Amino acid sequence: MKVVVIGGGIVGNSLTGWLAELGWTDLVQVDKGPFPNPGGSTGHASNFIFPVDHSKEMTQLTLESMRQYRETGTLHECGGIEVARTEERLEELRRRMASAKSWGVEGCRLVTPAEIKELVPFVDESILLGGFYSPSVAVVDSLRFGTLMRERAQAKGAQILANTEVKGIDVEDGRVRRVRTTRGDFEADVVAIACGVWSPRLAQMAGASIPLTPAVHQMIDVGPVPRFLDSKTAVDYPIVRDMDTNMYERQDGQGLEVGSYAHRPILHDPDEILSIEEAALTPTELPFTQEDFELQLEHGLELVPEILGDESVGIKYAINGLLSLTPDGLPLLGETPEVKGLWSAAAVWVKEGPGVGKSLAEWMVLGEPEIDLQSSDIARFYPEQRTPQHVKGRAAEGFNKTYGIVHPGEQWESNRGVRVSPFYDREQQLGAVFFEAAAWERPHWYEANAPLVEEYGVKPREHEWDARWWSPIINAEHLAMRERAAMFDLTAFCVFDVVGPGALDCVQTVAARQMNVPDGRVIYTPVLAPGGGFKSDLTIMKMADDRFRVVTGGAHGMADMKWFRDHCGPDAWIEDHTSALCTVGLWGPRARDILSSITSDDVSNESFPFATWKTVGVDGLGVLASRISYVGDLGWELYVPFEHGAALWDAVWEAGQPHGVVPAGIGVYGTTGRLEKAYRAFGFELDQDYDVVEADMAWWKVKAEDFVGKDAHLAAREREPAAVCCTLTLTGNTRFPLGREPVVREDGSPLIDAKGRRSYVTSAGMGPSLGKYILMSYLPPGDHGQLYVQYMEELHPVTVEVVGSRPPFDPDNERIRS
Amino acid sequence: MRILVCVKRVPLTGGKMVLTDDAQALETRHLGFTISPHEECAVEEAVRIVEAEGGEVVVMTLGPAEAEEQLRDCMAIGADRGILLETQGEEWDAQATAGAIVEALHSEPEPFDLLFFGNESADAGGYQVGIRVAHALGLPIVTGLKKIDLRDGSVRCERDVGGPRDVYEAPLPAVLTVLEGLNLPRYPSVPGRLRAKQKPLSRTAVSPPAAQLEKLRLIVPEGQGKQAEILGNGAAAAPRIVEVLQELGVA
Repeated sequence: MKVVVIGGGIVGNSLTGWLAELGWTDLVQVDKGPFPNPGGSTGHASNFIFPVDHSKEMTQLTLESMRQYRETGTLHECGGIEVARTEERLEELRRRMASAKSWGVEGCRLVTPAEIKELVPFVDESILLGGFYSPSVAVVDSLRFGTLMRERAQAKGAQILANTEVKGIDVEDGRVRRVRTTRGDFEADVVAIACGVWSPRLAQMAGASIPLTPAVHQMIDVGPVPRFLDSKTAVDYPIVRDMDTNMYERQDGQGLEVGSYAHRPILHDPDEILSIEEAALTPTELPFTQEDFELQLEHGLELVPEILGDESVGIKYAINGLLSLTPDGLPLLGETPEVKGLWSAAAVWVKEGPGVGKSLAEWMVLGEPEIDLQSSDIARFYPEQRTPQHVKGRAAEGFNKTYGIVHPGEQWESNRGVRVSPFYDREQQLGAVFFEAAAWERPHWYEANAPLVEEYGVKPREHEWDARWWSPIINAEHLAMRERAAMFDLTAFCVFDVVGPGALDCVQTVAARQMNVPDGRVIYTPVLAPGGGFKSDLTIMKMADDRFRVVTGGAHGMADMKWFRDHCGPDAWIEDHTSALCTVGLWGPRARDILSSITSDDVSNESFPFATWKTVGVDGLGVLASRISYVGDLGWELYVPFEHGAALWDAVWEAGQPHGVVPAGIGVYGTTGRLEKAYRAFGFELDQDYDVVEADMAWWKVKAEDFVGKDAHLAAREREPAAVCCTLTLTGNTRFPLGREPVVREDGSPLIDAKGRRSYVTSAGMGPSLGKYILMSYLPPGDHGQLYVQYMEELHPVTVEVVGSRPPFDPDNERIRS
Repeated sequence: MRILVCVKRVPLTGGKMVLTDDAQALETRHLGFTISPHEECAVEEAVRIVEAEGGEVVVMTLGPAEAEEQLRDCMAIGADRGILLETQGEEWDAQATAGAIVEALHSEPEPFDLLFFGNESADAGGYQVGIRVAHALGLPIVTGLKKIDLRDGSVRCERDVGGPRDVYEAPLPAVLTVLEGLNLPRYPSVPGRLRAKQKPLSRTAVSPPAAQLEKLRLIVPEGQGKQAEILGNGAAAAPRIVEVLQELGVA
């Protein structure tokens, strides 16, 4: 396997070292700059790592990176404190404590202002309310680590070429072929772009896209600081993150470095970055714009007056540093959807670099990374999310949230209204409150349903945070559905057909379940990763022997489509129908009454059993009706061509009025409906870390045909699961956990299974028909005594309703099968 | 002591110079700006004198509106007041620049004891403005200075002539043009920066007189590529490194 790695920053170096380690030694690494510092973001990075993040994936990558830095002697533990100036921030720090426990970052604790003063004596603690102290926060030598990685690779035969600029990337038949540089051409089976802010340019050379934007973050260095003159190390004191002002202060030898993410977003064009020769410092150290730091000088002075207020301490260095920002703030990793063999390793911080290098190398060489990278998969973007408008708008909006307090349900403001269904006008008239997923506007609930709140006696949530981005209307819509019927806009589904003589082979390989079924069947199937964990879960409709229709949730659709495409042989291909079809979901006890009133086709249970599809005529429209239900009630997904959407909506609406149909939003479809039925969701209960047996979804027979992950799956069936996905409930509670909180014992200790995984809330939401608040979590087997969910540093007792997947509501699925 | 320091806003370039398409100027779109190292030393010297003797340091510049940034930088390290002779961004030759400075000095309520200039600007390198101002004001001028000592009513100054130094004594008021190396300029402190925002800065719009100097175009000379000599590998390179440092005069 001939590999070329382009880029010698922390990611490129880590990837190079790990590829060689895993056996790909026919490897060339190039960078247009010199080593060890070619002039990218790594070269001027502040190099500190705060491990706790609300994202499991990011934390895993960070912890793995710290392990590598530690192992190579390039890590110095100094501790770090996130300080709070406001009450709101204190609450957020309590959530950080929860995440620390969920992901296993040890030793963290909340500290008082007095304790902060003891740890960092040059802070004015009188302006603080408290802090979140992580003793394992560290400073690393990213350039030294990079050098060690390159040397490791060289020792195994890799070629490392500095001062070598890439002139072009040749692609033939959709596959990468060679990289042309100022030092000659290199044939390549695999090319990895690890170029930081330059990545979009490199991608463009190959006809692919890497959707990031270079952006500024400011930093200054002041000194000499009298207090630091007799320090023993470069960082004797814990690093301070002044979260409420979006700033940090850290010792750097005899100086203090002050950084800011508080200024206006300053985005740059990759094509306009100066060359190494033209730049006064390096291409990513831009001239400092004084006016953007003025408020930060004052904020810094408030927090560390002893240092910044000292007239003898001079501002010696000040830059607008360039880093990479993405639309959703997550890295861009994986094979590009546009070009086979071309991999992206971009938009990664020093704190994840080594972990990303190892994970990407595993993905490339072994077919699967040990750490689940589904959130960072570059294949996740729809075309609408790759536009400069979208990238810049979201990057700018996300920048000032770097140290922000971001509610789990928080919605973006920029670049909205990009993809709307044919029912959009109707929804607006009904007072839909739109949330966005995959650039689609989806009603989350409808204000027109407000009277239902009183009708069904739904109580509000008292605490502002719990009630944010939520409405009691959601629960009311749910109850109306369970009593009568509800209609949903599901147009955001990603719908694509696997077509051709080889279609069956493709879906048999990808889907875990048996796909050689009669026409007219709908199969809900896991899609496994080679190691047996979940790569996705979706439904597949058997249309014909040479056509299988895949329907998957919008958020993960593009990655799923790439996965199927990658497994198409020469006589199978993908047809994307996402923008050709729209979908109305109709569920509830009256659903059949409604549907039968607008179609003369037989929709009785005998004629139209569960898990089948057929075409029915509605007002002269051909409607593909699929009888499945993510909300766990009787009903159908109804698909029509986009141009007939409004007509379908109106037909169902009219027919539904005498039956009391209500419009219902994703609040019901994605949360309340499914949680009552214990239906797992990808990215929540289902990810690469857990297998089908642990998810208690192995009720089907394993087919004789081969499929991705089969061996691992069979092995999983042979052993006792290390943990099982359970349904827990809270009753009579006044606080409402929102997800990712740790599930703990009475003494606050975490539950850790035999594989080292901790129990945490994978999904949270109301089960209105049960009258209980539902939390899903994987629990190790055995009796743990009374269990609690740790929310805002309070322990709330939970009841384990079900161990496994038996639905708490309508456990025998009578409604669905009626 | 009343001291005037004249400074000029110049681009902070990297190794490679890039011209605008019409070859009339440097492409400065992605560059930062500063004052020349000579002028940094001039401001530092003036601030030190006033710190010791009392008085006022005034910084003046002829330049575009953005040149306020450079005046504030000088005020951050101790200059008390700034004067911006505001142009439209066009280039002024040395004669015109000196004329505008002299004109502006007529509006000053009291005369200056010392007028500092950088020996030459970092971009145009005309070497003339300080001399022309001194001549117009009928004041003594000493150029290329590396050391200044104030006496009572006079100033003793040293100029490096490649080993020994020429020593001059000039009565005050006098004009001095200085070279980098005169002193080690301080960095601004945070309180200094914050104070600078509040210090007084006056703006006067100025228009250039008819040009006496016509620029045709700029050329970037060829063959200024980097030359790198590998001194050795690892610890074995140390002796040769020491030699080079000694040759450079820094060790």
